[in-house]
Amino acid sequence: MSAVAQALDGVKIVEFGGYAAGPHIGKILANYGATVVHVESRERPDGFRLQYPPFKDGMPGIDRGGCFAFFNDSKYGITLNLKRSAGVTLARRLVAWGDVVIENMRPGVMARLGLGYESLRTGHSDLIMLSTCNMGQTGPRADTPGFGSQLTALAGFCGLTGEPDGSPMLLYGPYIDFIGSALGTVAVLAALDRRHRTGCGSYIDLSQYECGLTFLAGALLDYEISGHVAERAGNRDPDAAPHGAYLCRAGRWLALSCWSDAEFAALMRAIGRPALAADPRFAGLAARQDHRAALDAALAAWCWTQDADEAAILLQHAGVAVHPVNTISDLFDDLQLRHRRTWRTRRHPVIGDQAYHFPGFELSRTPGDVTAPAPLLGADNATVFQQFLKLDAAELEALRREDAID
Amino acid sequence: MLKGRLVLDCSDRSGWLAGRLLADLGAEVVKLDARDTDRTDPGWQAYNVNKRPLDLDVTSEGGRRRFDDLVGIADIVIACYRPGTPAAAVFDYDRLATLNPQLIVVAISPFGLSGPRAQWKATDIELMAAGGAMSLAGEPDGVPQRVSVPQSYSWTGAQAAIGALIAINHRNVSGAGQLVDVSGQASVVLALAHAPTFWDIERKEPTRAGAYVTGRSVTGARYRVFWPCRDGYLNFVLYGGSAGRRTNQQLVAWMRETRAELGPLAEIDWSRFDPTRATQAEVDAIEARMQAFFATLTKREFLDGAHRREMLGYPIATVADIAEDPQLEARRFWQMVRGPDGVTRRHCGSFAVIDGRRPPLRVWPLDATRAATASGETVG
Repeated sequence: MSAVAQALDGVKIVEFGGYAAGPHIGKILANYGATVVHVESRERPDGFRLQYPPFKDGMPGIDRGGCFAFFNDSKYGITLNLKRSAGVTLARRLVAWGDVVIENMRPGVMARLGLGYESLRTGHSDLIMLSTCNMGQTGPRADTPGFGSQLTALAGFCGLTGEPDGSPMLLYGPYIDFIGSALGTVAVLAALDRRHRTGCGSYIDLSQYECGLTFLAGALLDYEISGHVAERAGNRDPDAAPHGAYLCRAGRWLALSCWSDAEFAALMRAIGRPALAADPRFAGLAARQDHRAALDAALAAWCWTQDADEAAILLQHAGVAVHPVNTISDLFDDLQLRHRRTWRTRRHPVIGDQAYHFPGFELSRTPGDVTAPAPLLGADNATVFQQFLKLDAAELEALRREDAID
Repeated sequence: MLKGRLVLDCSDRSGWLAGRLLADLGAEVVKLDARDTDRTDPGWQAYNVNKRPLDLDVTSEGGRRRFDDLVGIADIVIACYRPGTPAAAVFDYDRLATLNPQLIVVAISPFGLSGPRAQWKATDIELMAAGGAMSLAGEPDGVPQRVSVPQSYSWTGAQAAIGALIAINHRNVSGAGQLVDVSGQASVVLALAHAPTFWDIERKEPTRAGAYVTGRSVTGARYRVFWPCRDGYLNFVLYGGSAGRRTNQQLVAWMRETRAELGPLAEIDWSRFDPTRATQAEVDAIEARMQAFFATLTKREFLDGAHRREMLGYPIATVADIAEDPQLEARRFWQMVRGPDGVTRRHCGSFAVIDGRRPPLRVWPLDATRAATASGETVG
């Protein structure tokens, strides 16, 4: 889909499944040149197409879902009927064409469909397959159904968010799914490297739960060592004071932190309260922690009068770590994200112009891109079956008669 | 999978995870730190286990010479620095590329190496703010919140590992190295799920949801997510759809078995119940009985019962709960590793099971590495 040589040009990926955890892996790889085919069926389209807003003009429709589109740019979309044996045969032919299979069905579903790894790798020993699900493919709860938003609670994140005397807090959406997709992408890329060097394929069993725990590995080890159970602490941090978010003019918030006496003194000078740097209540981290309420009150009084952006510039110049709390709309106007072209607008045939997200890193030689908007349901059947799989017209017609392509 | 790949990891906490992920998949990752680094810190240990520790201060003249020698045989260098700082000169891509044209340099910084805010300082809370995550966590009318255990560093480290391996795959066919410029702020944006599309497509601003799910009902009803139980909280939502229907039916069956008072739950035909049309009064009446039932359960009882009945919902786990989860034990997630203090402790194991086996964490004794360095032995 791109005229520029990209890092993963020539890598062919077939995706089975839906929602975020699987397809987001393919989206990242597609942004760097992989050819990614997203497999759906008309009877069971990707759940993000219809079950989750937002929709174009607020009206649900199979090709109107912004959520589906957001995680499936730069891919090809096809429809296969995996309930028909001819559909499964065609799926196996697609896998034979590909280098990598990514699936996020419940454990055992792919095997029941005749698409398990042991079966697929017959005659295709260098196949790479990644299976991702809540709990992993094995273990006493492997078959647990689950949404990422709830798994985020089991993995500890919700309990670690909020005020100490309040309820746990939601993190937006299936937070943990994107930890799983990021780490899944790492695993697929490592498997591709091994395959290049050894000719061997790989089967990757990815538990989104376990992936999430890597983001809490320090707290888990601290519990092992000291028995300390990490708890939600609002915005406080044991190693910094002040450390929090403060309300500025026009309802905007400013996050800032000081990690040394020098930074604290710089902050106090910058807000016109240099005497507070010498105040014994704030002399040293421990004292500032003990008098947090007074310190926060002084900062809150200053921030209340400030424009968040102007205050951030002032305090950054003073050497303080600070940034406005960006709202979601702020992210589209953020100067730094604009500089990095984090949002890349492409025209979707139904939704119209949509801003797609580009990963958080830039490569100097092979920069990658959002090469196309997300596919309409089955939009690339002809391209994939005729150009990629080299099926001729008679074969295609026979497959249609057998309901392999729906 | 990455056996034979040599990574020089010069990161600080904002990038530790990148090298850990590569090490977990088999790369030899040498962790370079100044001699006075506190390697007993649980964070340092958790994210630098499986790496080969090496005393080397790259900002000293001698350390830099030794570092440059290692660059000649390395595949990847991971470094955390802002442009304009002394470290930037050491890790400058053009300089390192003259030493090793095939080298991949992963530069991690709060905002990236160029742009109007490239030189801005940020720690976890500022990155979670800059990336939009804080705007989505907390009470709707309260202070934006970060997760109390820093998350932005992990989001950044994971993106850095992806970038490094995309570059390795490119090098496999081109022979050329390149610079991977990782922004902490841009990495955090991944944590927002699909929230940006609401603004982009509908001009609706997603905001903090607190402890309730809103926006699912045409009546404006809100649904409780977190429920107090005997020893903490549970996560349960009154969902619709086939999974929600089964969950709700099973919950009522469970309540019947325990002779819990059902109230309006007894009369509901779940095959017809539609959470998108329920009024707040109906939701409140249903949830009141659920709340009374959940209050009688422990987290473990709920986890086991919900699993047995194929229900959606999980307890709000603490690190202590996670440490005792039989699912993790069965999958051999934890691995025992001897730490720098000589004590063997249980670490999070490698993040994936490859070909039926979780890659084992390796132990690289610091003393042996020091000896190797002193004798000039080549690492790799």
